[in-house]
Order: sequence, then structure tokens, then C-alpha cells
Amino acid sequence: MTTTTPPPGPVLDTAHAPSVAARMVEAKKPDLLLTQEHHMCPGCGEPVAIRQFLETITQLDAVERAIGVAGIGCYTSFSGTMDVDLVQALHGRAPSVATGVKRMLPDALVFTLQGDGDMVNEGLQEVIHTAARGENVTCILLNNGVFGETGGHMTATTVLGQRTKNSIDGRDAEYHGYPILIGDLIAQLQGAAYVARGSVHNAGSVARTQKMFKRAFESQLAGEGFSFVEVLTMCPTGWFIPTAEGPDYMTETLGEVHIMGELKVDGKVHTTDELHAQNVQKQREVEEALAQGGLEKDHQRPI
Amino acid sequence: MTATQTSPRVLMEGSEALARAAIVAGCRFFAGYPMTPFTEVLEHFAKLLPDAGGVCINAESELEAVGMTWGALSTGARAATGSTGQGLSLMQESFSEITLAELPLVVFNMARGQQDYYQATRGGGHGDYRHIVLAPQDVTEGVELVQLAFHLADKWRNPSLVYGDYLIAHTQEALSIEPISFPDLPAKDWAVDGTLSGSGESRAVTPLGVSKFGQRALGQEGKAQYIATKLPLMEREVRVETGFVDDAETIVVAFGSPAKFVKYAINQLRAAGHRIGYIRPITLWPFPYETITDAAKGARVRRIGSFELSAGQMIDDVRIGAAGQVPVQFIGGVSTDHSGFGVGRILDVDVIRERLLALHEDRALPVIPGYEVNSYTLEPHQAEATR
Repeated sequence: MTTTTPPPGPVLDTAHAPSVAARMVEAKKPDLLLTQEHHMCPGCGEPVAIRQFLETITQLDAVERAIGVAGIGCYTSFSGTMDVDLVQALHGRAPSVATGVKRMLPDALVFTLQGDGDMVNEGLQEVIHTAARGENVTCILLNNGVFGETGGHMTATTVLGQRTKNSIDGRDAEYHGYPILIGDLIAQLQGAAYVARGSVHNAGSVARTQKMFKRAFESQLAGEGFSFVEVLTMCPTGWFIPTAEGPDYMTETLGEVHIMGELKVDGKVHTTDELHAQNVQKQREVEEALAQGGLEKDHQRPI
Repeated sequence: MTATQTSPRVLMEGSEALARAAIVAGCRFFAGYPMTPFTEVLEHFAKLLPDAGGVCINAESELEAVGMTWGALSTGARAATGSTGQGLSLMQESFSEITLAELPLVVFNMARGQQDYYQATRGGGHGDYRHIVLAPQDVTEGVELVQLAFHLADKWRNPSLVYGDYLIAHTQEALSIEPISFPDLPAKDWAVDGTLSGSGESRAVTPLGVSKFGQRALGQEGKAQYIATKLPLMEREVRVETGFVDDAETIVVAFGSPAKFVKYAINQLRAAGHRIGYIRPITLWPFPYETITDAAKGARVRRIGSFELSAGQMIDDVRIGAAGQVPVQFIGGVSTDHSGFGVGRILDVDVIRERLLALHEDRALPVIPGYEVNSYTLEPHQAEATR
């Protein structure tokens, strides 16, 4: 066996100071994080989603009335680093805990932070009933289709064909049953005022998701009832794929089943088929705009 | 603990009296799920709390009831949930963790009999935790103990449970709901209200032993050790009533509404010259071990009986208290009505008196007619222990 010397890397000129001062990671940290450090794996989508709603709370000037209720999952480690008054709930139980908080403090901006294992497996009835009651809270679902914290096991949102540690040859409807499209389910409930499903797999989707958070929180602050934002997040570790393939894998698997878009706005429910048609149309418009040389006008469009 | 005013007594059902006592104690949130014989407690909270500026939610399950209460408690509000022992079984995971989160939960168990003693004092949840368990003998005492439950829960930041039953829930007594004044307690600076969000000093109400970044975190191990050192300190809250113990040859331990029947029967037996005394634990945890240990040292004491409407649960604690000084005998039994909800045939002064006398005279316990047919019969393959 022979060893080869790796090719030489780029050589930095350290003879003099850089002309532009270095930017510390800290400088990019949202105001509502106490530290930029986190314990998520490389390629994880959760920190991106968390950044989006924390920035939204700041933008809405609702910081000093914000109370979070965290479920149990990878994201739970943010309960100590989010600079938000927080109640830690049991696995699946955040919506009922948020209900108790909100009923005692009706002026607070109360949100839950849950994963698909937490919300759609363990605590399905909690989120359904909280939505049905029209409880004036916002439930946030970080949906990656696996139990990330335990190491990649099947959840109720795992899509057909998806490999997990306990659906090793892919989720088989006959053997494992079908995934639950929780956003679609909640949109049907009368108490749900605003329901949306976003993702964080590219810059456009991140921007779009942040608008969803804004609308959800605004809906709560206006007292309209239950609001729900589901965010599809990458979990390359739990999907057993190379880190960089996370976004593509997400759009090709989860994203094909859990269709992104606003599922309920102003009392009107949008079906998966409608959203899919909207997304196809939007994609076509983007491609046409690119062909014509720019996307600037698209930035001004509502989601 | 002293009542601050007196008002005319009115005839009131136990369920209403307990709910009113809770509201007088400052309870502003209740969530529960209907279940006999607890249902009326929930009904009265639903009726009374809105006018008191509070909220009562008819939760979709016991799991959600305790979750909602958890949330309300986290804001610093006085809040309670409840059910029968069966419903509380569903809440056990939360009971464990809410204790680690140090939230002052108050729980009502309108139990179907006394078969929830283990559940109340040992818990069905995981880990090392204890709830302060208060067992009123009647509605009047319940009105006091409910208020005490809220005070002790806040004092120790530890759940307390009021152990009632079908009789306490449904008996009407002439009473007045007087607010009891307790010593002042520290402000709940740990509670969340959102005002410290974004300040760098935001709070976390959590069972996990984590803390906000930069603050000292106990960790899971540290939190468990911290709670372990708190539990013995709470044992000073033990409460017990005794009667005729000093010269007793026989001592009977009983709690809750059956204890009131036992006391009545013992008064009759005393009048007939029998040296029988009683010990009534008012707190089931902490249990009055020392009272039983001291009583067992009495020069005349020959035996201690445990009267409880179960297969024998409290008897474990009675034995610990007696510490082998005198024999401890079980003189209770499983006894409800046919539905399993209500009062059974052992809860009858004549029946109890016969059992007390049998214990006192070292005779076999009288058989309850009709109960013997329910006895388990050993199968042949079970006769020998497997080696």
C-alpha cells in the first residue's frame, strides 16, 4: 500500500493583515440567540428554521411578550440558547402546555417548537385538539421525516420509500402504513386560522418560510385563532446521505409528498393539488424570469 | 394556619366545597377530564372559575389536562388538575417530570376507594419523586386541606395531592368556606411571562436540569441529586391525628373518610371498655412513621391493625413505622359497590367494629358474606414454587 501526498492547498499570504476585517460568526447571530453555538449535525435544517422565527419575533417587536414551549428532539438544545422565556414540555405535550400558558397570559406571543416525532407521533391528539379549540397559539413543526435524535428512525411523516433504521428497505405502505400530512390535516379544522408549510432547503424557501412565520405570529397577535407553520428540514444524518445532498434529497422525497405552500389563509383551505399547481407555476415563472435576465421583480412578490 | 373570618354555614356537596376552597386559595386554572366520582369537581370548577377571573378547560384527555395545568403553573398561577386514580395513571409521566420542574401542582384524586395509596405515595411515574399527599376525613377537613395543598405546593415548589373519594365528593355537609391565612411565600421570580425575553436573562421552566446559556446548569444527574436532597426536607410537613393511643392494647391505622368510620367504631368500643386507639395519617406522604414507632413502644400495645379499602397498601408504611416491635395485621379489604365507583360493604360501622374487635381479641376476621366467592383458587400447576 502506498501513500500519496495530498495536493497542496491554497497558500494564504499572512505577511500582512487582511484588507477587510474578519466577520465573526457572532455578528450574524440573531438577537434572540444567546450564543451562536449549537449541537446540530452539519447540514441540519433546524438551526435555519429556528433563526427564521426568532428573527421574525424581533421584526414584529414582540420580543418582550414571547414565550416558547419546547418539545423533545434535537432542537431541544435550543431551549437553553434561545433568549426567550421558555417552558420545557414532555415529548408531544407542548400544545397543551402552550394552552395553559396562553390562557393565563392572553397577551403573550406563545409558540411551540416541536419535531415530527414529537408532534405527529407522540402528541398527535394534542396538536389536533389545540387547533380545533382555536387556541390562540402558534405551533411550529420542524419536519424532517425521521427521529433525528435517536439516530434516524421512522416517524408518522416518513414518506413511502424512505429508508430509516426501522424501515430499512424503505417505508412500505402495506407494512408500515402511510405518512400523515399533518399540515393538510390541521388546515381542515375550523379553529385553525393560518396553516403553512415551508422549508429551508434553499435561499428562496428560507425567505418564503420567514414570511409564513410572520403571518402566523401576526395571526396570533390579532387573536384569530390557531396558527401552524410546518418547516421541512434537512437531516442528512438521519437520512444516511452525504451532508451536501440534504437539500436535493429533501425536495425529491419529503418535498414531493408534504407539499410546500400556504394550506389555509383567511379561512380558505388550499389542497395539496392546488399548492402543487401553484408551485409548478411559480417555478415556471422563475425560470422564465431567469431566462429574461433577472429575478428582481420576483423579490417584491408576496409568497 | 388560621381562618380569617366566619360566615354562616351552608349545606354543600363535597365537590363544590373543594372547588370553592381551591378558588379561595387563589386557584385560577383547572383542567380535567370527566370520570366518576371526580366529575362533579370538574363541573364546579367549570361553573365557578370564570366568575373568579380564572379558566377551566374540559381537556380532551387526562394527558392534556395535566399538560395545560403545567403551562398555567409555569406562568406563576395557582393551578390544579384531577381525576380518579385511573385518570391519574395517565398523568404519571407528567407528575414525575413536573416534580423535577419544581412546579407547584395541586392534584385532586377523587378515588374509587383506597386502592390508589401506592399511586399517591409512591407514584406510577419514573424516577425519585414524592408528592405531598393530604387525605381529608370529610368535606370540612377537605376545605382546609385543599387550601393547605396550594400553600405547601408553593412553599416547596413540589406537587401536592388531595386524596378524596366517592364519599368526600358526594357527601353534603354544613360548612362555610373560610380563607385560611398562611405565612407569606417568596415571589415566583422563576415564572415565565415573556418580559425577560431578549434581555439576556430569559427564564426556563424545565425538568431537564438544563438552564439558559451562561447560567449554572445542574444537568440531569445534578437535578436528580438536588431533588433527592429536597425530599427528606419536606418530611417535616407530616400531619397526623391520634386518639386513645396512650393506654391502648390495640392500635388501628386508617386514613381518609374510612378513618372517620373507624374513629366512630373505636369510640363505641371504648365506651364498652376496650382499650383500642387509632392513628390517622393526614399526610400519607410524608407518612407519620415516628408516631407509629412511638405508639408501638407503648407498654400495653400488643398489635397494630391497618384498616384500608384495598388489598393492603398502607400496611407497608405501618410495618415500617412499627419496626417489628409488635405484629401488624391487615384488617381492611377491597370494597366498592358493584360498579367499582362507590361505597362497598366493608365501609359500614357495624362491619368495621366487628373487624376491630376481632383484631383486638386475636380472632380471625369475620367473613363478609358474598365476598368469599370472589377469592382466587390456586391452580394445581401453581401449587409449588418454581425453582
